[in-house]
Amino acid sequence: MQALPGEEKITLRVNGVERTGRAEPRMTLADFLRDRLDLTGTHLGCEHGVCGACTVLLDGRSVRSCLMLAVQARGHDIATVEGLAAADGTLHPVQEAFSEEHGLQCGFCTPGFLMSVVELLEEDPDPSDDDIRIWLSGNLCRCTGYHNIVAAVRNAASRMRTQCPDAGRGDLG
Amino acid sequence: MKPPPFDYRAPETLAEAVALVAEFGEDGKLLAGGQSLIPVLALRLASPRVLIDLNGVAELEYERLEGDRLVIGAMSRQRSVRKLPGLARRCAAIAEGIDLIGHVAIRNRGTVGGSVAHADPAAEWPALLLVLDGEIDVAGPRGTRTVAAPAFFESFFTTVLAPDEIVTEVRVTIPGGRSGSTFLELARRHGDFAIAGAVAAVTLSERDGTIADARVGLIGVAPTAVRATSTEEALRGARPTGAAIADAAALVGGHIDPASDIHGSADYRRQAARVLTRRALTRATERAAGSLEGSAGLAG
Repeated sequence: MQALPGEEKITLRVNGVERTGRAEPRMTLADFLRDRLDLTGTHLGCEHGVCGACTVLLDGRSVRSCLMLAVQARGHDIATVEGLAAADGTLHPVQEAFSEEHGLQCGFCTPGFLMSVVELLEEDPDPSDDDIRIWLSGNLCRCTGYHNIVAAVRNAASRMRTQCPDAGRGDLG
Repeated sequence: MKPPPFDYRAPETLAEAVALVAEFGEDGKLLAGGQSLIPVLALRLASPRVLIDLNGVAELEYERLEGDRLVIGAMSRQRSVRKLPGLARRCAAIAEGIDLIGHVAIRNRGTVGGSVAHADPAAEWPALLLVLDGEIDVAGPRGTRTVAAPAFFESFFTTVLAPDEIVTEVRVTIPGGRSGSTFLELARRHGDFAIAGAVAAVTLSERDGTIADARVGLIGVAPTAVRATSTEEALRGARPTGAAIADAAALVGGHIDPASDIHGSADYRRQAARVLTRRALTRATERAAGSLEGSAGLAG
C-alpha cells in the first residue's frame, strides 16, 4: 500500500493476526487500531491517559493505547476486546460474567474494563473485592457505580477457576 | 486531543541515542514510558520538533538488588522494579511508593528514569531518591556524570539535565539493620496525584532501641520533593515514642512551601504534611521495631 507523506507502514500482531496499516509517527495506537485497522472496540474517552477506555494488552500487559504511538507497537502482540470471544462467537468468561452481573450500561468503558480484568485474573485468579477495586482504579465508569463491575469480576474469577484451574495466558498471544 | 506532528527517531543503543540528542539539542525530546509526555503532546502543551524514543534501547532496561543497593536502568518499567523478588520485605517504602504511582497500566509502561527526569513535584521517585541516598547517572555528548539526588531536582518539572542529556541509571541504598519504612499519600482517589505525601525510613539502634537514623521525604508540598531534615535531626538519638514522633513531625513546616489549588489550600497541605509525616514515622518505627523477633512496638 502507498503511504501518504509523513506516514509509514506499521505491522503488528493484533489478536493473533498480523496486521499492517499506515500512520504518521504521531498517531496513537488507539487511533491506529480504530481508524486504520477498523477495530473500533477500543474506545477514546479522555485521550490523555486518565479514563482507561482505551486499554488494550501489549504482550499481555495492560496499556493505555492513547498513550502509545502506533510506531511503538511495531512487532508487538496487541490484544483488543475484539479478540476475547472465540471465532464461533462464544463469549470469553469475563464477557459472560459482565453480561450476567449487569456490569455495564452504556458499554463505553467496558472494553477497557474487560482487558484490564483479563490481566487481573491472569495475575491473581482469586482477588478480593479490595484487590479488584485497586486494580481497576484506572478504569472510570460513569454509569454503573462500579458495584456490578466488581460483582462481574468475582463472577469471572469463579468461572475461570472452574473452567481452567491451571490456565496460563491462553489464546491472547 | 491528538499530538502535533513531529519527526521520530528510534535508536537501538545508548550511543545512538546520545548522537541523536547531540544532533537535535533543544529541538529533540526524549520519549521514555510516555505516560507523562504523551498527555502533554495530546493536550498540545508542547510541540517538540523531534521525538527520540528510548523504548528500543534495551541496554537501559534492567533492575537488580545488589546487597543494599537497588540499581535501576532508566528504561526499567515501574512494574518491573515492583516485581523484584523481596523488594517489599527489604524496603517497604519503595514497594509502597511504586504502588502509589498511578494505575496498573501506567506502571506497565512508565519508567523510573522518565519519572526522575520529569520531576513532577508530586512524584514518588524523587522523594525515594532523596531519602535513600539516591544517585542519578547521566550520559550526553560531553560524557557521563553522576549527580547526587539533592543536587538533581531544581524546581517544578526542572532538573539539572541539559537538553542533550539522558538519564541512564538510578541507584538507591536500602537501610540495613533494624529498619522499617513506608510511603503514605493523601489523594481523593486511589491513583490520583498526591495532594501531599510522606516517605519515612527509621533505623533503630541495636544496642538500646533509640532512633539511630530517620529519613523523611515529602511530596506535593513544594516545587520539588523535599527532605525534612529538621524532623530527622529531632529524632536522631531519641527514644521512639509517640510524643517524640509527633513533635518531630510538627517541624516539617519549615521545609515546605505548599501551593493552593483546586485540590487543597496551602494550609490544608501543611496540615496533611504534618499528619502524614507522623503516621509514616509511626509505621516505619513499628516496622523497624518488629524487624527483630520479640521486639516491642512503639513505646509511650
